[in-house]
Amino acid sequence: MENRLKLNKNLAQMFKGGVIMDVVNAKEAEIAEEAGAIAVMALERVPSDIRRDGGVARMSDPKMIKEILAAVSIPVMAKVRIGHIVEAQVIQALGVDFIDESEVLTPADEMYHIEKRQFDIPFVCGAKNLGEALRRIAEGASMMRTKGEAGTGNVVEAVRHMRTINSEMRKLQSAPKEELMTYAKEMMAPFDLVEYVAEHGKLPVVNFAAGGIATPADAALMMQLGCDGVFVGSGIFKSDNPAKRAKAIVKAVTFHNDPKVIAEVSEGLGEAMPGIEISKVETEFAKRGW
Amino acid sequence: MLKVGVLALQGSVSEHIDMLNRIENVCPVEVKTSEQINEVDALILPGGESTTIGKLLVDFSLHDLLKKRIINGMPVWGTCAGMILLAKKLLPEAHTHLEVMDICVKRNAYGSQACSFETAAFIPSISPKPISLAFIRAPYIESVGKQVEILCTVDNNIVAARENNMLATSFHPEVTDDESVHRYFVRMIEQL
Repeated sequence: MENRLKLNKNLAQMFKGGVIMDVVNAKEAEIAEEAGAIAVMALERVPSDIRRDGGVARMSDPKMIKEILAAVSIPVMAKVRIGHIVEAQVIQALGVDFIDESEVLTPADEMYHIEKRQFDIPFVCGAKNLGEALRRIAEGASMMRTKGEAGTGNVVEAVRHMRTINSEMRKLQSAPKEELMTYAKEMMAPFDLVEYVAEHGKLPVVNFAAGGIATPADAALMMQLGCDGVFVGSGIFKSDNPAKRAKAIVKAVTFHNDPKVIAEVSEGLGEAMPGIEISKVETEFAKRGW
Repeated sequence: MLKVGVLALQGSVSEHIDMLNRIENVCPVEVKTSEQINEVDALILPGGESTTIGKLLVDFSLHDLLKKRIINGMPVWGTCAGMILLAKKLLPEAHTHLEVMDICVKRNAYGSQACSFETAAFIPSISPKPISLAFIRAPYIESVGKQVEILCTVDNNIVAARENNMLATSFHPEVTDDESVHRYFVRMIEQL
């Protein structure tokens, strides 16, 4: 199992500097691949539609996932509900490359997340802070992402989560060794991972931005804050010109330190997805899971 | 000091840089622009997503320059996605990228992530000890041209090969703890 976990973390390393795009059918998956996505996330409805429709959001129809697997050569990810062991087993059986145990879907278990080391394929999970990230990594997540607030087109929560994680990591790095156990207790995180962060100043897995990224500048902002790459959900296929915006975000992530490139790719993209003020959000997805 | 670049458009860039930092007389640099392509003595094309890197090469007008430098003899090493970028032919039939190395590469040859694996192999020209090989949704080389030297096979599939100034590996030495292949590449640069 050690070996599988390492190979799974390695796949996430290959995603660095790239953009993972939400798609709801094979056609969108092809557009995403053509735009330069490093992977696609198959789901039934993008987060902004899940917000609008309400009800219980579940794993996608296996038929749709199979069609997406057949349509593209890049890795395919799919979402399962928090704690839904069987949805994860089904996704693995379909030959998907990566599972997102996601707060965007309605949680199946409010107490326990999936024991991810039981699976051959990797998981990515969301976090609002360092303690949450280290708990998911201890359960076997091979990759992390900020939770942000998906489906809002508002980057403020993703920024908050990334800044929180960064500042907590800096605190551990400058703490004397005898204080680390107390930090581990306070942030409810396994001691060995707290020690790892104190020593290396980073998570032991790749960490992407997610939740509310809608523009090339949003994506570049998250990269400048230290994310390894970016997930874009509703931001692409809920905008005026998905193919053009998708390409622009891919370029902005690679050249996130070059404002001239960001300016150039941001030109004439048409309307971004309609955004929501966080105080007006009825269901905060980020509060799901612990 | 040898200036060894790592193409930094997407993928396992920092891993290669870290490995190169362990080697004496090597100055590793991230490469994103045409000026940087012109400045380096050699270039590594890292692991990542070949379709993404291939598109960015074209979009940022790096493709033709890079191809010209490789044809003119700049040492280059492609790992996984990088090997796909170098290949003259791809299977299943797909858009090719730099088309400089006389190899036919099968993409995702082993299948999805569940089929990714780690093994060890003894490659005499690279290291006197067996080295650990990580295959991540890896391609392999289906066939090679006359000028291509096969360096390693795993289960009868070609996973490492060299053609003059070009080195290609299906696996990712940059995610292991062993810098033997990086040292081999540096020796190759010095000898060319």
